[in-house]
This record gives sequence, structure tokens and C-alpha cells, in this order.
Amino acid sequence: MKIHEYQGKEVLREYGVPTPRGFPAFSVDEAVAAAKKLGGKVWVVKAQIHAGGRGKGGGVKVAKSLEEVRQLSSKILGMQLVTHQTGPAGQKVRRLLIEEGADIKKELYAGMVVDRGTQKVALMASSEGGMDIEEVAAKTPEKIHKLFIDPAQGLGDVDADEIAAAIGIPDRSRAQGRALFRALYKCFDATDASLAEINPLILTGDGRVVALDAKFNFDDNALFRHPEIVALRDLDEEDPAEVEASRHELNYIQLDGDIGCLVNGAGLAMATMDIIKFYGGSPANFLDVGGGATTEKVTEAFKIMLRNRSLKAILVNIFGGIMLCDVIADGLVKASKAVSLKVPLVVRLEGNRVEEGKKILADSGLPIISARNMADAAQKAVAAAKAKK
Amino acid sequence: MSILVDKNTRVMTQGITGKTGQFHTRAGRDYANGRNCYVAGVNPRKAGEDFEGIPVYGSVKDAKKATGATVSVIYVPPPFAAAAIDEAVDADLDLVICITEGIPVRDMIRTKDRMQGRRTLLVGPNCPGVITPDEIKIGIMPGHIHKKGPVGVVSRSGTLTYEAVGQLMEVGLGQSSCVGIGGDPVNGLKHVDVLRMFNDDPQTEAVIMVGEIGGSDEEIAARWAKDHMKKPIVGFIAGVTAPPGKRMGHAGAIVSGGKGTAQEKLAVMEECGINVTRNPAEMGRTLKSILR
Repeated sequence: MKIHEYQGKEVLREYGVPTPRGFPAFSVDEAVAAAKKLGGKVWVVKAQIHAGGRGKGGGVKVAKSLEEVRQLSSKILGMQLVTHQTGPAGQKVRRLLIEEGADIKKELYAGMVVDRGTQKVALMASSEGGMDIEEVAAKTPEKIHKLFIDPAQGLGDVDADEIAAAIGIPDRSRAQGRALFRALYKCFDATDASLAEINPLILTGDGRVVALDAKFNFDDNALFRHPEIVALRDLDEEDPAEVEASRHELNYIQLDGDIGCLVNGAGLAMATMDIIKFYGGSPANFLDVGGGATTEKVTEAFKIMLRNRSLKAILVNIFGGIMLCDVIADGLVKASKAVSLKVPLVVRLEGNRVEEGKKILADSGLPIISARNMADAAQKAVAAAKAKK
Repeated sequence: MSILVDKNTRVMTQGITGKTGQFHTRAGRDYANGRNCYVAGVNPRKAGEDFEGIPVYGSVKDAKKATGATVSVIYVPPPFAAAAIDEAVDADLDLVICITEGIPVRDMIRTKDRMQGRRTLLVGPNCPGVITPDEIKIGIMPGHIHKKGPVGVVSRSGTLTYEAVGQLMEVGLGQSSCVGIGGDPVNGLKHVDVLRMFNDDPQTEAVIMVGEIGGSDEEIAARWAKDHMKKPIVGFIAGVTAPPGKRMGHAGAIVSGGKGTAQEKLAVMEECGINVTRNPAEMGRTLKSILR
């Protein structure tokens, strides 16, 4: 689960990570009021969307008067912000963060992720802040310093100091750097984060170390023990179809093709998308119905897939483990009738009682195309989608 | 021969009193030599009771002491599953197979750290389990699609493993053992560990290795295989069409920061001499074609 920058900064502050003062704003008036409350002469108006690259896309601007805060806020609020992470349609800006201006002497980088190789949390830091860290990693990997944190010991002073020195935090600010890294790890661990990124982390003119940005992802599997994090979820930032699917315990991800897929199991679902592509088609979605492909679940899955206007065919690929094929076939027929399915439906069933299942599909009177195996199913679905064009 | 488990394995179920634990313990007991293999269950509040004749003990240690079981399978719900693994490790079992999906990563990081220097092996979590066909089935896979034979199967996915097995059966090939290592980012045995075991197993003549996007375990396994593997491997990676930054069902199936793409994995596997197929319907036939 992702959260907004202003929420991330609130989380960081709770754990003692210094951030600039700032307030969220949902309207232009609120933005101006926030700037007044902050005082000072310089403010930053920051678009709050979950995607990165907001500055480059024109979603982060500096204002030098309250009037300018008003102008910039009315421009940014409601805009379709396009960044390298949003896709060409962009994401609508519904929230702003109004922040006091910062005296930036140097931009650094600090991030934490779960490192799969070592199976530990990795702290990554760099003297090259404020730019795309993947670019830094590709061009000057020697400027990224990594530390794998012992889960039993946590992040110690010596390690924290070493990292601070390595990225050029000067001696007089060393204690602050150390405190920040330690607080960041404490925060990451306590909130079950899967990613925390401060880019840039800045050194101010008066020698303070401050988090100027905050990006967080949290482990979905741990949300059950973090109601305070769940409360920060912003459904406007998520694909409505994916949100609807998750309500029915379906794992759905929209893609840009025209052949819908309904599959049991994540690996087989990915492989089904791949084989559609292999035979010259284009998958419209990833959809894992999980272990129980019941009538109710299949009906909901069909409904969600049919919201997609580009959909030209549906491929159902079920390798029945526990469930019997005739039960699944019966569910498919009922679901097709319930949603008055108009697009061609190609079904591949495997498992116990597969012949009985195929007979149910054939006797249903519905235009269901049965397939012998995965390759046959993919080829038939691709042909059906092409015929519909 | 086989790897990890065989007809002489004695297994206990942690979480035997839950619905899932009961269902799959029953299915495991009814498969091949299962009646002799499934000897115990564990539930701290139900010691002294039994599940259809299988005695329930209060702890893993008690179950091991009373029955000699050295392997456990875990169906405990996610908030308590890592602690269940810890308990099995502390009891010095040989092998723990954790089926549970949805364990927080932080819990698994701590559990893996605790396991360092211990003798217990871990398969999973978030996996279908391990089967040695016609001998023993530990996990949630459908037993009837398998039969004994020369091919080892290792995979991060459940149903895609069944698909591979189904294709092998179509070309008349049985399996030595099938190991689902699970779809989580922090887990027990990796592809490379299972390849090593298949390499040393006399019954296994060839291996199907099924991977997916995310991480670099498949590359590590491929590089090891290049120098050490004496048997041919067929490889498939799911997720060529997966968009970057999106989690594809499995917690570990995500391309992040341009890393862990299917293309990258397939390229490394090919370089290392693995017989890669980009068509998931061709795993069985590809293996048949290289088997002498």
C-alpha cells in the first residue's frame, strides 16, 4: 500500500525524523490558509499523487507571496499530472502539500528496501540526491552506499556514522545524520514498510539534516496489524477496477490489451498472459481467482473484466486442484448467464471430471469455445478477438 | 530415490485443527503411503485430542518426541505462521514446509535470521508444498495428476507447477519430486538449493525449473547450474507481459527499478545453457526432446 508524501512525513515525524513544517490542503483556500499559518516568505506548493517524478511534471512549485501560493495552487489542484510513473493519461491532483521553503545546501539520498538477496532490510544512501536514484545506480554505482541491517541488532551507531560520512554529511552534522538513519530504520521496522525513500534528504545552510520528501510502500500482508496505516489509504489513487476486485478477493490488474484472462493461481495467470502474447494477441488483464473459482467469484470477475471497453474475448484457464471441473463449468455457465456475456468465451479446464465439465459447457447453449490445452486456448482466444475487430 | 521427502518420512501438521489443515492432512493421509506418514498434529490448546485417529500434541517438541516425526507442514494463519516455523526450527526438525500465504515480510526476515546455523530446512511460505509421487504428498497439490518418474520440478508457483506436471504426463514422463518454493520475497529453499538436490539425486534425470518475475533467484540458480549441473534443465519464466511496478498476485512477483524482468532472467538462463521455452505450453515437450 502506498501513501502520500504529506502522510509519509507525518509518519517520519512520529519517529523523530526532521521534516520541513507543512500542511495538506484540499482546496485553494486551504492552501492559502496553510501558507499563512506557516508564515515566512517562501513556500513550496507540492502536488500530492502517489506517482514519483512530480517535480519534472510541473507539480512542485516555489511561491514567494501568498498571491503566488493562490495562483500556483489553483493551477496545480485539479490538473492531470503526467510523470514517468503515471502513464500518458496522468493522475488528477486532488491534494496539495504547502510547505515552508528550505535552505538547501546539499541534496542527498536515503532509502530503505527489503533486499531479497540477503533477506534483510537494506539502507541505501548517496551523495547524489534529488535525481532519479536508478539513474545514479546505473551511471555511478560507486556513489550508492549500501548497508544490510541485522534484524536482531538493528542499526547501530557505528554503521549509521559510516553511512553518514560516506555520503558527505560533515562532522558537525554527523550526530544528526546518525539519529536520522536510526529513526528511519525504527520507523521502517515498526510500520512494516516495504520501501521508504527520502529523495532528497537535505543538508541545510545551518547544518541540519532534513527529509525534504517521503515515499513509502507498506507490506500488504502486515496491514492487519496497522490500522493507523490503513487509515491513510487514498482510493482515488488506485484503479477503481482493482479496488472493486480486491473487495471480492480477486487479484486483478488492468492491462492495455483486448483479451480478458480469468485464471486460478498467480503464476498460471501470468503464464496465460504470456501465451496470449506468444500467439500474437494482447492480454487485457491479470486476474487470479485463487483456489475457489465459485459461481459468485467468477460472476464478479466477469463483471469487472466487462467494464473494460476494449475487451474482445475472454480466456478462462483453470487447472483444478481441489475443485472439480464440472463444478467450475457449472459456475462459468451461471456467471455467463448472469452477466449476459456477449464476448466470445474460450475455456480451458484441467483436472478431475474434465469430460463432465466440457459436456456442461457444450450443453449450455452458450457460445462457449472449449479448448484442449493452454496453447489451444490461447490460439482460439486470439482468433476470436481478431474476428471481433 | 527422491529429494526432501519419501515414503519413510514421518510428518506432523501444525495447524491440524483448522479447516485447511484438516482438509489437506486428510488428502495427504489418503495419498500413497500417507497413512503411515502422517503421524501427528500440533495445537497448543488441544493436546491429547486426535484428528481422525492422528494424535494432537501441545508442541512440535512433544510431537517429535512421541512419534519420531522429523518433518512438519504448516497451515497456521498468517499472523502466527512465522512463530510456528520458529517452533519447528527450535525443535530441530529436518524440514518445515510452510503453506500459509500472507505472512508479513518482517516476520519472515526475523525467522530467516533465527534459522542461521540451524539444521532445519524451510520450503515456502506461500507454496503448494512437496510431493514425491506414489510415495508421499505434503501440501495442497492435487496428487492424482502425478506419477513416479525421472523429472524433477521446482517452481515458485502452485498451479503453474501443476501445469508443468500435466504436460509431463501428456508426454509420458513421471516426476522424482516436485517442490514448490513459494511466491514470497523472503523464503526458505531457493531454486539453486533445489537444483543441487536434484543434481545429487540418482532418480532425477532432468529438471523443469519454473520461475517468475521479481528478484534474481533464477539467475543465481542458472549461474550455478552452468558450472555444476550434470543434468539437463528446461526453464520457463512467467511474466514477460507483466507491467513494471505492479505486484502480480504473489508478494514477490514484481519488477522494481527495472530489475527482475522475465527477459533478463530468460537471457541469463539461456547463456548458462538452460533449455528455455518462452511458450508455457511447451515445457513438457521441450523436456521430452532433450531426454535421452
